[in-house]
Amino acid sequence: MKQKDMRLFQLYPLGDTAVTVQFGDCIDEDTHAKVRTFSAYLERHPFPGFVEQVPAFTTVTIYYDPWVVSEKGLYNPYTRITEQLQHMLKVAKESHKGSKPHVVEIPVCYDGAFGPDLEYVARHNKLTPQEVIASHTRGKYLVYMIGFAPGFPYLGGLSKKLATPRKQNPRPRIPAGSVGIAGNQTGIYPIETPGGWQLIGRTPLQLFDPERNPPSLLQAGDLVRFVAISEKEYWQRKEQQHES
Amino acid sequence: MSLEILKPGLLTTIQDLGRYGHQKEGIIVSGAMDTFALRVANMLVGNPQHQAALEITLTGPTIRFTTDQLIALTGADLSPALHGEAVKMWRPLFVKQGSILEFKSPQSGCRAYLAVSGGFAIPEVLGSYATYLKAGFGGFGGRALQAGDLIPCHAPTGNGMELFKMAAGPTEGHTSTNWTPDPQRYPNYQPSPTIRAIKGPEYELFSETAKERIWSERFQVSVQSDRMGYRLQGVSLYLQEQTELISSAVTFGTVQVPPDGQPIVLMADHQTTGGYPRIAQVISADLPILAQVVPGQTIQLQEVTLEEAQQLYIRQEQNLELLARAIHLKRNP
Repeated sequence: MKQKDMRLFQLYPLGDTAVTVQFGDCIDEDTHAKVRTFSAYLERHPFPGFVEQVPAFTTVTIYYDPWVVSEKGLYNPYTRITEQLQHMLKVAKESHKGSKPHVVEIPVCYDGAFGPDLEYVARHNKLTPQEVIASHTRGKYLVYMIGFAPGFPYLGGLSKKLATPRKQNPRPRIPAGSVGIAGNQTGIYPIETPGGWQLIGRTPLQLFDPERNPPSLLQAGDLVRFVAISEKEYWQRKEQQHES
Repeated sequence: MSLEILKPGLLTTIQDLGRYGHQKEGIIVSGAMDTFALRVANMLVGNPQHQAALEITLTGPTIRFTTDQLIALTGADLSPALHGEAVKMWRPLFVKQGSILEFKSPQSGCRAYLAVSGGFAIPEVLGSYATYLKAGFGGFGGRALQAGDLIPCHAPTGNGMELFKMAAGPTEGHTSTNWTPDPQRYPNYQPSPTIRAIKGPEYELFSETAKERIWSERFQVSVQSDRMGYRLQGVSLYLQEQTELISSAVTFGTVQVPPDGQPIVLMADHQTTGGYPRIAQVISADLPILAQVVPGQTIQLQEVTLEEAQQLYIRQEQNLELLARAIHLKRNP
C-alpha cells in the first residue's frame, strides 16, 4: 500500500473538551484512508486523558479530559493535547500494509412491501425495478463513517443511475433494516426512526445490537455488498437470528 | 431493597456520566444533563461520583422506599416532600422504610437528581447505566420510569453507612444532616442566565450581523427543547453564503444553525455527527447551568476564549475536589 502523507492536516478545537483533525475538504477515498489510519492509530495508542475518537468523512475528532491532560491544572490543556496529537500524526502509519478491507454481505429483500419506493426510484431514473435491483447489488459500497443513529453507515459508491431525491414528506416510522436511497447516497436504517429516504428493500440483519461486541455490524472502512434474497429467505434469516 | 415508582412524573430516567467509547459507532453519550448536580448527589451518599442516579424533570415522580435508605437530592428545586413535609436538598437524607417521596411543584431549575447510597442494581450496557431513550437500552429497560416499576438498589456503601449512622436519628420518618456543602462551590445556577461560549468551527462563515447578534441578543429556549437539544428562538442567524458542509463530530454544547437561522444547542442526547454550521460552543463549566434552564426562559451567550473556558473547567474540577474532601471530613471528623 502507498505510504499516506499524514502531514497535511488542520487542527481546530471543538469546544473545551475535543479537538478535530481535518485531513481534506472533500469526500474521497484518499482522505478516507488518512482518517482511517489515524483513527486506528489512536485506538491502539490511547494516552492519559484520552476519552474517545470519532472518525467522519474528512475528520477525526478526539475527546479528552482537560483536567487529566493538564495534570490537574499545571499545564494548558489545549497546548498539551495539540502537541500530543501532532507527535502522533508524525508517527501514525498504516499498520495493516496490504491487508484487504473487510467485506460485509448484506442480504436484502427488494420485494413488495419491503421496498415501497422501488417503483418510484425506477420511474425517476427511467429504469425497471429489476434494473434498479441489478444495479444496487452490483455495487461495492465503502463505509465512510457511522453516525446519525447507532450503527447507521454513510455509504459511498451508489451508481449515479440510481440517485433519487428524498421524499417530500418524511415517514414518521421507518422499520429497522430498511434499505434506502437519498440523493446520491444509499444506507440502511439500524433502528426504527422517522426518515425521508426512498425505501427500496429491507435486510433481516440486525445492524445494531447493544448486546453484541462490537454493537455495530459495520465499521468505518468496511466494504458492503448487497445480495438480493426472496421474502421466504428474509423470514428464514430473521428467525435464525432470533434463535441465536 | 428497591424504589417503588407510584407515579412516574414527566420524564424520570436513570442517568450517569454517560456512555463513552462508542460514538464512532453512532451511539450517543447521553447521561445526566447536569453532571455537576449528579456528582454532588453521589458524594453525599458515599457513592463514586459516576454512579447512576435518577434524573427528574420538572414534574417529579412519587416514590416509596421499600427499605431504609440514605439518599440525596440535588439540582432543581421541585419542592420535594416526605409524607407532606418539605425536605432539604443538597445533603444526606435518611429515609425510613415505607416513606413516600413526592414533588409538589417546580420552584427553580428544570432537573433534580436523586442518588441512593450503593446505587441501582441494574445491568450495565456498553459500560454505562445511562438510559438511551431513542434506541431503547440502558438504564431501566431502556425507557423512562413508569408507575409500578420497582427499581432494585444495592446495599448502602461503607462510606454511606458512616453517613447513615451520623444521620440516623428518629425511628420513623426521615432526617437530614444539619450541614450542607458550601454553595459557593456550585455553578452559578439562575433563571434566564448568561451562558459563556467560545466561537464554533464555522463562526467565520456567518454574516457580520450574525456574528454580532449571537453575542448581543437574548434567545428564548423553545418548549420543543428536550434532552437532545435546546431550540433557541430569536433573531435568525445566516451564513454569508449558502454552503454545504461535510458531516463531522458534534458535542454537548455545540450551537449549530440549520438553514432556517434558528440556533440549536446540542444537549446530552445529541447525535454523534452533524452537518449544520457550528457558530459557537457552550463551555463545559456552564453546561450544568444551561441544563437547569426551563423552556420559556431566555439565555444570553457571552464570548470567552478557549483558554478561559479551560481554566473555568479546571476550577470546576477543583471545586468538586474541595466538596468531596469537605464531605469526607464530615464522615471522619
